[in-house]
Amino acid sequence: MRTIIKFSLALLCLLGSGPLWAQATERQLTAEPGITGTLLLGALVLAVCIVLAIVKISAAFSAISKKEKTDERKELKHLIENLDEEELQALAGKSRTEFSLEGHELSGITVAKDEKGLIRQVENEVHSSPMVSRKKVAISKMNLNPAFSKLILAFIGSAAFWLIFGTLIGQYLGMKFVWPELDNVAWLSFGRLRPVHTNAVFWGWSSMAMLGLGHLVVSRTCNTAIYSLKAGWTALILINSSVAIGSLLLMNGVNNGGGEYREYIWPVTALFAAGLIICLWNFYQTIARRNTKEIYVSNWYILGACAWTLVLVTIAYLPFYQNGLGETIIQGYYMHQGVGMWFMTFTLGLVYYFLPQSLNKPIYSYSLGVLAFWTQMLFYTLIGTHHFVFSPIPWSLQTVAIVFSMGMLIPVIAGTTNFLLTFRGSWRKLKDSYVLPFLLVGIVFYFVGSAQGTMQAFRFTNVIWHFTDFNVAHSHMTMYGIIAFFLWGGIYYLVPRITGRAPKEVYVGAHFWMAFVGLIIYMFSMMIGGTLKGVSWLEGDSFIKSVTLMAPYWLWRAIGGTMMFLSHVIFCVNLWRMSQPVSEAPDLTDQLILKYEKKVLIS
Amino acid sequence: MNFNFHTNHRLLLISIFVGFLTLSLIIAVFPAKYVQDNNPPLRNKEFLSPEASQGLKVFVAEGCVACHTQQVRNIATDQVWGKRPSIPADFADNKRLGTWRSTPSLLGTERTGPDLTNVGSRQGEVWHYIHLYNPRAVVPESIMPSYPWLFKTKATAGPGDQVVNVPDGFKDKPEDVIVATQRAEHLVVYLNSLKQAEIPKISTPEFIEYDWMKKEDTPRPMSAVTESEVNQEEILLNSLGPKAYERQCQACHQANGEGIPGAFPPLKGSLIVLDKSPDQMINIILNGFDRPNEYGAMPALGPVLSNEQIAAIINFERNHWGNKAPKTTVAHVKEIRDKTATNQ
Repeated sequence: MRTIIKFSLALLCLLGSGPLWAQATERQLTAEPGITGTLLLGALVLAVCIVLAIVKISAAFSAISKKEKTDERKELKHLIENLDEEELQALAGKSRTEFSLEGHELSGITVAKDEKGLIRQVENEVHSSPMVSRKKVAISKMNLNPAFSKLILAFIGSAAFWLIFGTLIGQYLGMKFVWPELDNVAWLSFGRLRPVHTNAVFWGWSSMAMLGLGHLVVSRTCNTAIYSLKAGWTALILINSSVAIGSLLLMNGVNNGGGEYREYIWPVTALFAAGLIICLWNFYQTIARRNTKEIYVSNWYILGACAWTLVLVTIAYLPFYQNGLGETIIQGYYMHQGVGMWFMTFTLGLVYYFLPQSLNKPIYSYSLGVLAFWTQMLFYTLIGTHHFVFSPIPWSLQTVAIVFSMGMLIPVIAGTTNFLLTFRGSWRKLKDSYVLPFLLVGIVFYFVGSAQGTMQAFRFTNVIWHFTDFNVAHSHMTMYGIIAFFLWGGIYYLVPRITGRAPKEVYVGAHFWMAFVGLIIYMFSMMIGGTLKGVSWLEGDSFIKSVTLMAPYWLWRAIGGTMMFLSHVIFCVNLWRMSQPVSEAPDLTDQLILKYEKKVLIS
Repeated sequence: MNFNFHTNHRLLLISIFVGFLTLSLIIAVFPAKYVQDNNPPLRNKEFLSPEASQGLKVFVAEGCVACHTQQVRNIATDQVWGKRPSIPADFADNKRLGTWRSTPSLLGTERTGPDLTNVGSRQGEVWHYIHLYNPRAVVPESIMPSYPWLFKTKATAGPGDQVVNVPDGFKDKPEDVIVATQRAEHLVVYLNSLKQAEIPKISTPEFIEYDWMKKEDTPRPMSAVTESEVNQEEILLNSLGPKAYERQCQACHQANGEGIPGAFPPLKGSLIVLDKSPDQMINIILNGFDRPNEYGAMPALGPVLSNEQIAAIINFERNHWGNKAPKTTVAHVKEIRDKTATNQ
């Protein structure tokens, strides 16, 4: 009991009540680097949330005051315009009213040359809603082959479908912790649906979105068309059918063996792997035909992710070394690399394209990106076993995993530094749209989620946190905080540039804030509850106590989860809006430019 | 030959492929193969019967591994789940489930429900059936799903039917007869087969107890001047009793000591519990008890509980819910344990 109080005190410290810190250290729990570090990382997320909120709110306020000023001016103008002759004369004196301007005193009578369309294209739009920050309206469309655009949109559309499907199930599962008797239908039971949720958001949502954006990034950074559109469509169909068939089988109780993220039986995973082989081949052929001299670093990550995942899946499903504890060693390796080598690596490749693009400047350091790439391969591969600390697998293997979990800090710090220094000097752009806030939150969680994972690998923290809901917090910080936010950043950057239609900024903002705040509620409720659960086990309480004490935290998780799910619905609305065809009325500026260009060409 | 990763895409792809494959072989495949080949199953561990193997398939299909671990870690916290930490040989007979499915991941990563390493020594068959039909019928606070699709509702039980005595509030109509399907029977056989095998003491790994994990609030023995030695023991047992009962007995006999009619006998007002001599009660706890056609069989808890825990539980049960009977001592429990051990 005493430890619980102390832990609650320590968690209060996290929320800023510093002086309590000293009292909470009797058992030296907070003096443990793993715990202190995690508390600081949690505080960092809150701080970033607050700073971003301040930036957005101050932008809204300055929009309001700007509007007030223009309103004042308008009023004055209106007043002057409506003065009658007498008042005007009284105001200006007779001599001045008699004088009139010709209109070309300053400019002269020759027509201004505007060869680059600088004057004609000036935008004068004034936003009237103070809730929406000013954004750049003039998004220039990328000139993509329409068939290629269609492929990318199909990938992103499939991803959105799996996002809704997978998180609806996740939300339903979260509610089952609060109301275990929600239903008594076999194929909706917790044990069967849990893998449906994880696999649908992994192989459906995240993978589809990554591959969709990946096709574009490879093609753009190689400055050439994608090698085969047909291959892209084939991969799309294979992967979609893999997730669809896999989900149905799981609901019907066909499970490969319960190992996390490899619950699909091998024929279903083979469909996914086939799709992946096709993508790798397609990317590789595109890179081989590149019109640039060097292979841009994004392509390193994308090639790496595809190649590594194929190795990984093959090792995970081959049977020759998987009897007894052999299976456990492979499971630790697989579940960690599934996240690290596929989602994390691929998404980092995307960030190396989308971050510089949306900031309109090059990445801070190319070499740092390459360093992060090789260290990612070295360290990430070796740490899978940290999911089985204190288990019967060899102690030495556990130690190797813990040591290299520390090593993971190298690629993480290299990546984070690189991204933040790319941001440097452009922080004001955060106000302009939601693409950058999405990417920034992804960067913050990349650091926080990964560093927190390192701390969670320590033996000490394993005693308290292993087997508890803390794991669930960690996996959502990473797969949601990092991967999903990066992907949304990329999608909101890209889709308007494909279709020429931007979503309403207020809806993008609603998506961003509901997802972000929902995630914060989710992760803190699971972190605090998980800690209390671990302490309850440590105290030797009966097991059922550790179930009942979780009740409020599971409720908060369901609340955070609901916000996250609703934000996905808004995301789909935005996506739908962006994909609507642009109104057919011809753009005047475009026509003028066309005419001008023709004239130049003819003459 | 161009050895620049930045310009030679073939070299780049081959390097990252070979690099990762090499690391994977070193860190995963070779250790897995080594562990698989060098840990034969324990000699005294019973292999899964054909029914239990079928039960394991139900266990995997229903996704039980999502919430239940099957590993006793070598830290003191896990002592409640087994007498010794799990060792690789415990899992040696865990093999591929067939052409379509891999080796099941039984060790697990989440403990939303209790660990199942030793559940076969803790809970009896009757309890499992009721608990699977609706966990809240035996553990009101439980959040485990119900598995009604593993059971059938009938008007009258046929010959050979495994009837489940579900309390009235938990079935649609009081006159319904709940009968286990074959899948449920297999699953329960599997759960009952989960018992930690004995291994020689010399090869048993120790539980690690870090300094900061040591309990603060275990009552320290009073000084000899103020209290006699008997009283010291009594104080210790009194503090152990409620916790031990909650952990070990409550799932069947319930918090109010009234049991579940037709499944688990009441302890409140029980003649055995209130008997002046605690010998029969000690015997039942040590060696189990079965009175067919009346209640579910009680598992033998001798291998699971220490003499202190048994004495504490007996003293608690004999002086709770209005029960009043003389207390017993650790020495007496030990005496009976030794006696029954030599008889066998």
